[in-house]
Amino acid sequence: MDLQGFGHLLVSGTWVTVQLALASLVFGLMFGLMGAAAKLSPFRVLRYMATLYTTLVRGIPELLLVLTLYFGGSQLLMWFMGFFGYDEYIEISPFIAGVGALSVAFGAYATEVFRMAMLAIPKGQWESAYAFGMSPVQTFFRIILPQLWRLAIPGLGNLFQVLLKDTALVSVVGLNDLMRQAYVASGSTKEPFTFYMAAALIYLGLTVLATLTTQFLERRADPAGKGARA
Amino acid sequence: MSWEWGIIIEYLPRLLDGAWLTLELVLVSGLMGLALAVPISLARSSDNFWVRALPFAYIFFFRGTPLLVQIFLIYYGASQFDAVKESALWVVLKEPYWCAIIAFTLNTAAYSAELFRGAIQAIPKGEIEAAKAMGMSPPLMIRRIVLPRAFGIALPAYGNEMVLMLKGSALASTITLLDLTGMARTIIARTYTPLEMFMAAGLVYLVIGAAMIGIFRLIEYRFNRYQYYKHTPLPANIDPQLRDEHIDD
Repeated sequence: MDLQGFGHLLVSGTWVTVQLALASLVFGLMFGLMGAAAKLSPFRVLRYMATLYTTLVRGIPELLLVLTLYFGGSQLLMWFMGFFGYDEYIEISPFIAGVGALSVAFGAYATEVFRMAMLAIPKGQWESAYAFGMSPVQTFFRIILPQLWRLAIPGLGNLFQVLLKDTALVSVVGLNDLMRQAYVASGSTKEPFTFYMAAALIYLGLTVLATLTTQFLERRADPAGKGARA
Repeated sequence: MSWEWGIIIEYLPRLLDGAWLTLELVLVSGLMGLALAVPISLARSSDNFWVRALPFAYIFFFRGTPLLVQIFLIYYGASQFDAVKESALWVVLKEPYWCAIIAFTLNTAAYSAELFRGAIQAIPKGEIEAAKAMGMSPPLMIRRIVLPRAFGIALPAYGNEMVLMLKGSALASTITLLDLTGMARTIIARTYTPLEMFMAAGLVYLVIGAAMIGIFRLIEYRFNRYQYYKHTPLPANIDPQLRDEHIDD
């Protein structure tokens, strides 16, 4: 495959893609945990809000989310900041819009994964921790979260794959990610197939890497798999 | 923040025109993808390594790369080769509509084939053995036992895949098609009301998605009706000799 000196563009684009995916993963996990907490909370208002969030976001195309946050994000943010008396112009970069849209989308799906994992942990785990005199917060961080993690990894791994592929959508609003650099390179060389194929193969490499990482984490989080007593 | 309800109402008919194209894309590529997925999934679950290898590579590629790359590969990529440009295929490949259909079909076929493979492997061994014991030939067994059973098992997951397909169809707007998203972007370019139009488009997507989920639930209810069968209790005053202790309790 002859890249005609555009290889470094693809490499820099790949780096942007990886940064975008990881940043969205971090925020997406936070949204997911908060969503699951809200869905399982005793307060009806919180449960309704979380259900509204997951239903809305899971039914709307990711591309539409990216476009909305990029083209309407500054308007939305300025309106919101207006309540705090801040009325300067706020501009939203493609990267920020991308992280926002992708993490909101990831969070909606992750909410379900975390909720299912939380429900799969036996009630006795909570009760025995309380019997030892732990507070609910201590119980959550010491007893529940480590088990939650183990149960949630396979689901989260699948979601991360989806997230990785969705990063390509942010190129539509002009982020210089892998997809966009392939577009630029194919524009000046008139060889679109070569560069899109190269981009496809790099994405394939990234998803394989993500799968291997998930498998590694899965094995590491499973005490039975390491030969210890479960 | 100003919110223009008037513009939403004014442009709603055009938005719904876009929704028709979205529905058309999903329906056409969904049906073609289904037709393609069945042979691929059968080959993928073969015992022979060489029969299995090609579908595996196909599914691996299409599930591991973004849909956007696949669309661009077909729409922009095909024009790189003079051989393609001079062949009869160019009539199809120069149209963004057909490029979108081809990309969506290949994409959904890969995902559905993987679903069906899982379903084929989830069919209880005893049913396959029973079919063999009845003297069915492999094609007859596939037609009468394997495919209907696999379809029933895969249906709920297949419904999800179709909703993902609906969301993926928004990418058609990147190759100049005026689907729901494309139409919204065109209207925004004219009126500059991004929040209003994208929200309206998003709601239309939600409605279509909800309708699709409902339809799939109906199909599932019909197709897997043996799972939903409710045993009607016998009247209490029935002749005790008619009672079957194994059936009612």
